[in-house]
Amino acid sequence: MEQAELRSIIESLLFVADGPMTLQRLAEVLEGVGREEISAALAEFQAELEAGHRGVRLAEVAGGYQLRTPKANADWVKKLLGGRPARMGRATLETLAIIAYRQPVTRAEVEAIRGVDVDGVINALLERNLIRTVARKDVPGRPFLYGTTPEFLQLFNLKDLTHLPTLKEMEEVVLPAAASEEAAVESAEES
Amino acid sequence: MSTKVQLDIFEGPLDLLLHLIKKNEVGVADIPIATITEQYLAALELMESLNLDVAGEFLVMAATLIHIKSRMLLPAEEGEPDADEGVDPREELVRRLLEYQRFKDAAAELEQRELLTRDVFARSPAATEEAPAPGFREVSVLDLLSALKRVIERLPKENVHEVIMDRITVREKMTLILDTLRSRGKVLFEALFGEVKSRLEIVVSFLAMLELVKMRAIRIFQEELNGTIAIEAAVGIDQAAEMVSLRDAEEGENGTSGTQIDH
Repeated sequence: MEQAELRSIIESLLFVADGPMTLQRLAEVLEGVGREEISAALAEFQAELEAGHRGVRLAEVAGGYQLRTPKANADWVKKLLGGRPARMGRATLETLAIIAYRQPVTRAEVEAIRGVDVDGVINALLERNLIRTVARKDVPGRPFLYGTTPEFLQLFNLKDLTHLPTLKEMEEVVLPAAASEEAAVESAEES
Repeated sequence: MSTKVQLDIFEGPLDLLLHLIKKNEVGVADIPIATITEQYLAALELMESLNLDVAGEFLVMAATLIHIKSRMLLPAEEGEPDADEGVDPREELVRRLLEYQRFKDAAAELEQRELLTRDVFARSPAATEEAPAPGFREVSVLDLLSALKRVIERLPKENVHEVIMDRITVREKMTLILDTLRSRGKVLFEALFGEVKSRLEIVVSFLAMLELVKMRAIRIFQEELNGTIAIEAAVGIDQAAEMVSLRDAEEGENGTSGTQIDH
């Protein structure tokens, strides 16, 4: 198969695909073509779309490849599609973040970190298919352990879980410059 | 009302505490516990005076703060072998605040990413939806009603003098729908009414369907605007089947017939 032909076929496959296409799936369809060859064609295609400021880009999400519109065009696409995307509230985002970084994690463990009841949020996330139960924890009550789904990766434009932004170390979490004088005054008041 | 808006934005007691700490421009590691406790309690009072539902978690935190404050006021007793000696009573709270702050930051970072269907779009924006069968969209009650109307209109007009006494229960219809779905997986809305002959039976079938939707045993989709409506099995189907048969059994014993409509 010629390179140009391969490129063209890959482009068609990506165009019609319903979700991210894994390299494995592409290799299955393109029987006889080596994975390295497919990988190279994908990389080339990706670079070309990027360099040409094209209206679709090749994103690597949820372990596969998917054609997505660039952010710069978002307003136009939204205008065409109409409707408002479901906004993510802070409760949802915080709960998702805890589950994403701490998975597998129980409801109680999430609650301990957030300091509030998370039943409703967890149910909504399960319903939206952004998290799933992965197992039961071997402790009394055998609570469910939750983890994120491929849909979570798709939603947040993540290639895989290792691409999550690094969680800050405890020491790095600095709140507004510690006004030590004030603190000192305070402790003086207290004593 | 600016105060109300401000209070509504707190996700919980930890969030409120972080806000107070920030407002006072102090460090988490060295919280001026007296001041913060006072402000925290004032915020709760404000919430209550505005008739906001102050969740239990906020009150638990208030108790924790007061407890810490009292422990800090107590002089370290000499001679007594104190297990807590040298341990700052605020330590545990500080650890929780820092931990929460980390995830708050992480959540903010996630929110900044190029979100599908907000910043970027793919051909099939399936990720944020409730994973419907490919190519199907969920239908509204109005769609359902107009489909019902079509079914009723299809009825032969001549059966005005119907005298057969037929008893159809909603539960029987529910069982029927469940059985059909379990053997076929998916069925068209209008096909469910295929062999139905009377208006009453249609209504009973419709009620049975709504009941099953409520139980999350089935899901109703439409292929396209004004297209055919399809029904498919959903997560709760086994549970629903169990419940329906359980209730049937109960009624068999009691001799009652529950939801029933007579001709």
